[in-house]
Amino acid sequence: MGKFLARRLLNYVVLIFLATSFAYLLAATNLYPRGYFEQMQPPPTAEVINAQLDTLNLNDETPLAERYAVWLGGVVQGDFGQSIQGRDVTPQIWMKAGVTLRLITFATVLGAAVGIAVGAYSAVRQYRRFDKASTAVAFFVLSVPTVVIAISVQVGATAINDLVGFQLLIFSGEYSAGFRGEWWQLLLNRIHHALLPTIVLALSLFAAFARYQRNMMLDVLNADFVRTAMAKGLTRRRALFKHALRTALIPTITYFTFTFGIMVSGATFTEKIYGWHGMGAWLIDSISQHDVHVVAAVSFFMAVTVMAASFLSDILYAWLDPRVRV
Amino acid sequence: MSTTETSTEPAPAPAVPPAPNRLRDIGRQLLGTRRVIIGLGMLVLLLAVAFIGPLLTGWDVGERDYTSLIDPPSPEHWMGTNRTGQDVLTQSTAGLQRSLLIGLLVALLSTAVAALVGSFAGYFGGLTDRGLMWIADLALVLPSFVVLAILSKHFVGNGGWLVLVILLAAFSWMVTSKMVRGLTISLREREYIHAARYMGVPPHKIILRHILPNMSSLLIADATIAVSTAIIGETALSYFGLGVQAPDISLGVVIADGSRFATTAWWMFMFPTLLLVVLVLAVNMIGDGLRDALDPQSKSRRS
Amino acid sequence: MSTETVAATDVARDGRTADSPVLEVTDLTVTFPGFDGNPDVHAVRGVSYAVGRGEVLGIVGESGSGKSVSSMAAMGLLPEHARITGSVLLHGEEILGLDDRAMAAKRGKVISMVFQDPLSGLTPVYTVGDQLAEAVLVHDPKTPKAKAHDRAVELLDLVGIPNAAQRYRSFPHEFSGGMRQRVMIAMAMANNPDVIICDEPTTALDVTIQAQILDLLRTAQNETGAAIVMITHDLGVVAGFVDRVLVMYAGRPVEIGTVDEIYYSSRMPYTMGLLGAVPRMDLDRQGALVPIKGTPPSLSHLPPGCPFAPRCPIAQPECEAAEPELLAIGSQPSAEAIRLAHADGGTAPGSTGVHDTGVQRVACIRSGEIADRGWTAQDIYPVPEIPDVPAADVPREDRPEMLRVEGLVKHHALNKGMVFKRRVGTVYAVDGIDFDIREGETLALVGESGCGKSTTLMQIMDLEKPQSGSVSVMGKDVTTLGKSGRFALRRDMQIVFQDPMSSLDPRMPVFDIIAEPLRAHRTGTAEVTRRVYELIQLVGLDPEHATRFPSEFSGGQRQRIGIARALALEPKLLVLDEPVSALDVSIQAGVVNLLEELQARLGLSYLFVAHDLSVVRHIADRVAVMYLGRIVEIGDTRSVYSRPAHPYTQALLSAIPIPDPEKERARTHIVLDGDLPSPANPPSGCRFRTRCQKFITLSDTEKDTCVNVEPQILATNGGDQGAACHYAERRQVV
Repeated sequence: MGKFLARRLLNYVVLIFLATSFAYLLAATNLYPRGYFEQMQPPPTAEVINAQLDTLNLNDETPLAERYAVWLGGVVQGDFGQSIQGRDVTPQIWMKAGVTLRLITFATVLGAAVGIAVGAYSAVRQYRRFDKASTAVAFFVLSVPTVVIAISVQVGATAINDLVGFQLLIFSGEYSAGFRGEWWQLLLNRIHHALLPTIVLALSLFAAFARYQRNMMLDVLNADFVRTAMAKGLTRRRALFKHALRTALIPTITYFTFTFGIMVSGATFTEKIYGWHGMGAWLIDSISQHDVHVVAAVSFFMAVTVMAASFLSDILYAWLDPRVRV
Repeated sequence: MSTTETSTEPAPAPAVPPAPNRLRDIGRQLLGTRRVIIGLGMLVLLLAVAFIGPLLTGWDVGERDYTSLIDPPSPEHWMGTNRTGQDVLTQSTAGLQRSLLIGLLVALLSTAVAALVGSFAGYFGGLTDRGLMWIADLALVLPSFVVLAILSKHFVGNGGWLVLVILLAAFSWMVTSKMVRGLTISLREREYIHAARYMGVPPHKIILRHILPNMSSLLIADATIAVSTAIIGETALSYFGLGVQAPDISLGVVIADGSRFATTAWWMFMFPTLLLVVLVLAVNMIGDGLRDALDPQSKSRRS
Repeated sequence: MSTETVAATDVARDGRTADSPVLEVTDLTVTFPGFDGNPDVHAVRGVSYAVGRGEVLGIVGESGSGKSVSSMAAMGLLPEHARITGSVLLHGEEILGLDDRAMAAKRGKVISMVFQDPLSGLTPVYTVGDQLAEAVLVHDPKTPKAKAHDRAVELLDLVGIPNAAQRYRSFPHEFSGGMRQRVMIAMAMANNPDVIICDEPTTALDVTIQAQILDLLRTAQNETGAAIVMITHDLGVVAGFVDRVLVMYAGRPVEIGTVDEIYYSSRMPYTMGLLGAVPRMDLDRQGALVPIKGTPPSLSHLPPGCPFAPRCPIAQPECEAAEPELLAIGSQPSAEAIRLAHADGGTAPGSTGVHDTGVQRVACIRSGEIADRGWTAQDIYPVPEIPDVPAADVPREDRPEMLRVEGLVKHHALNKGMVFKRRVGTVYAVDGIDFDIREGETLALVGESGCGKSTTLMQIMDLEKPQSGSVSVMGKDVTTLGKSGRFALRRDMQIVFQDPMSSLDPRMPVFDIIAEPLRAHRTGTAEVTRRVYELIQLVGLDPEHATRFPSEFSGGQRQRIGIARALALEPKLLVLDEPVSALDVSIQAGVVNLLEELQARLGLSYLFVAHDLSVVRHIADRVAVMYLGRIVEIGDTRSVYSRPAHPYTQALLSAIPIPDPEKERARTHIVLDGDLPSPANPPSGCRFRTRCQKFITLSDTEKDTCVNVEPQILATNGGDQGAACHYAERRQVV
């Protein structure tokens, strides 16, 4: 078991390393940091720019291999280099990752929980009104890109705020700048800010999970073991809840891995549109600023989260399903 | 249903092999699924809008009407104009054409790759399997968004959108290929595959003749879903200006343009968004209906 | 069970007279409404029966006859959209139409059920103990957890699970099929029910395990005194186990009577055909089996008259006028009366809504005639003539060798865990076996699941170099073959598979399926067409079937397509992997007859792999019995069946129920202990010793030999028969 886990983790490390390196090399060859400095007002001289690029290890006149080696040397020691403005990247990773992970975690829990509940119930009520309604809703939500949802919710929130005459719904920023108060007031303020972006993100996840869970539940609905449970004296409802749902949850766990990647990129839009300073927003900004090291760092974060999600779902799978336990 | 038992006298053996009537059956089955009908209807309507719409508006794609900037819908501009005076309807329908094309091409490419990779990995197992699946894993881990964003400068110019198509396809085959692989592994142990092997049919023929046709329903349904995924993906990229590049146009570009004015000039956002949602909804309905109609497993669920 | 309930049920039981039935079903019908314009499916059409305390009623029928659906309806286990009418009285109380909550209180408490497939019958994510305890707790939620636990352990012990207290914590996938079925029976017994419905309880099990489970069911009946309804398609199981039999066809009872009446004086052509179609293990020369032509009617498009009339050899025009009622022999209306009623536009006779009266009743208008003339199956069914194999005159040793297997070994890795996969051992699937097949001969390879017979077959078909030992086909050693040689050899040996569902590509029309081997071996187009139609007619199909897809055919027809495909290249050796085990008895007979006919006409050799020893006796010339990857006994069929020498063969043959009630009652079965040991960890010395009924009777020194020395096959009679047992002794067991 231990040896096995080690091998799997090693494979993850290799994949993460390759993904990050790939992103770095792609960014280093395609982005143009020199342009960032050339546009400055007043334009600095070529020597100044070269010196600046050299200190940042971004000079396109240095051979790529050399730049890569220097960068890699830093990464191995936990240093992702400096951003184009000259700030250290590593400490910022932690901060931004926190923002993104908070958003994703709450949205995932909310979306998956509601989605599983709705999906399972609509399977039990197959072809009844609830099933048809929830299927229609899920279908509709899945057909709307996150960007559109995010903007539409924002438009709606503006309308509601106008209607009630004060800021009932907040759609900008993670917390009110300069807000002071007790810890619970601070927490409340944060929750208030987090409400809309979390719902936006959770919405599409809900739809995906509702569809998936419905199918999984339909698969076990007529399973022999549900019939056995009823034959021993359980009512249909109890047999479905205790035996069918518990079993149908297992494949949903694997599905979670696939949705997680979508979550990370979905968070990019939500962050950008709702003014959160998370990983996604950072990435968009860094690309427009030709900030190679930040791009690599964000790629690293994304690879790690995808791998972590995959590992987590394996563990959960083994925990939920005694058949695969070792 | 079958009339297998009706004829008792031996019929004379025909001299030519008979033609099967399977396609007709599938067609009938499909048309019997309401969702497919509605989806197809919506899609036909959209196609009509996409190809006839630009002819009716009287405006050319990209043409600017400097007398009306950010004008609400009017007889002149049925869906209003944007900030540079372009007709929103004309722009949206032109975008719709391009989005549809992108969606179809990406779906075709990624499904083909997924089918080949998945079936070869599943059928041969061993090293082939491990190698191909490792590549799929790597592609899953690679931050596709970062790659697309960085390479977006190559989408400029004539045929630049084809690069976008290839990249979108390159990052959307993995999950399907894993599914195909799983199915292949279970199909590989089917007795008719064993039978073919024991007849001496070579592996690549077994894959093409027995394995892939038997998951065609999954592949068709999945390709349909891939169309909508690709359209949504393109929209998302375009929102950040990383998708189709000017002067090319797509629904995503029009929506991104409009979204900046979503609260002040609703028509610039609403109309293209509506087109997009209806398009994706139509495609999703067809895909889901196809899955139900073609997949024997999901059919048994329904009875 | 708490004392109050014991008292209560005792009062309830005492309150009834001895002859009042515990469960009485009257005129039960079940209809599944068709969706999307499909016609309704009339799954059960008027079933009536009654079972008294301690009585065992058998419900017999082929798949789709409505036997399971009727009992599920009685248990309230059908999906909500099923339309159920009629009456089900449990202790005189109507339970049909009770709401789910009230019905749940009865289920598992007063009436319980054992299902067919023990593999999927238990929830995979809970321990067997918890699932068993749940059966106790659900009817008495006030029971302390610990008490429910103790009761569950007690039940596990009662049904013969060793180390019950420890196995309580096992998950279903850690149990073998037989053990899971024991758990299911424990569950059904948990609350001492008054009725136990057993729905094909042994169909999915091996024959030695079947013997154990049947024994256990008898114990359960003694323990609880319950009435048992035994639903099965196996006429052997019924013969020895039940008191009365109800035969169902197309959703309707067609004959009911005591077991002896049904087996020895059936008056219904369907029942007679069914009994004639069963291959008999106890008869030496049975002759050709009785095939029933055609297939059962679709339950959504029933003919107006007797549903069996289209397949019945003695059908008259009157049979198609109206569906006959289930009436006592001789009280059926005459053909004249039916004609008159029909001419008057009289309605079809109503339901079979008479109460179960206990006398033999038949739903056939000619039943009186059959009784008067004393007809048997052989009298009314045309039995095909099967010619003799031409090569049979030549002594075995002088005939050319078609297949020789020597010391064949196939081991494979045993992996554990699905997510965290790793190798934990080696499975000794096939561990050194020898046999040969001569021209025109049938060798049957028999054994229970996991004995290695399928692995052997695949190893032979692969034509690859075995891990050890040798395989030679028509004198050519496969290790010496190149790619082209292997390809050429494939012409000479072909395979027919077990499952007619999965052996044909569902996306190909029949023509292409049969043409595939021809095309693979580059036959010209015109020749392909000619040959395909020749084959279609050879196996008894219609040329017009060529454009159809496999899903449009019944199981028996699909198996014929599979046989046609296997014969396309004119092979000399046909490998048959359980070719009839997925088919219903009446269909199976036709396919068995076809195989025998083809062998005689084309001079084929068969390697016949099967677990059904009755079919084997019927079709095979020689038989090899496998146990845990080794052959334990081999020889000509007649010697092995009449006087088996190896204890395992003896147990195997003894475990098979014979469809003859008197013989069956007179037999004592050898019931083996426990399950097949894991092929990853076979016992030392003789592999069978852990379950051997002879081993325990031996002295300690004799036992030492069994433990330490692996027995080799030695001749046990002057002829062909040989057994791998240190203490082999020929003995009659059938």
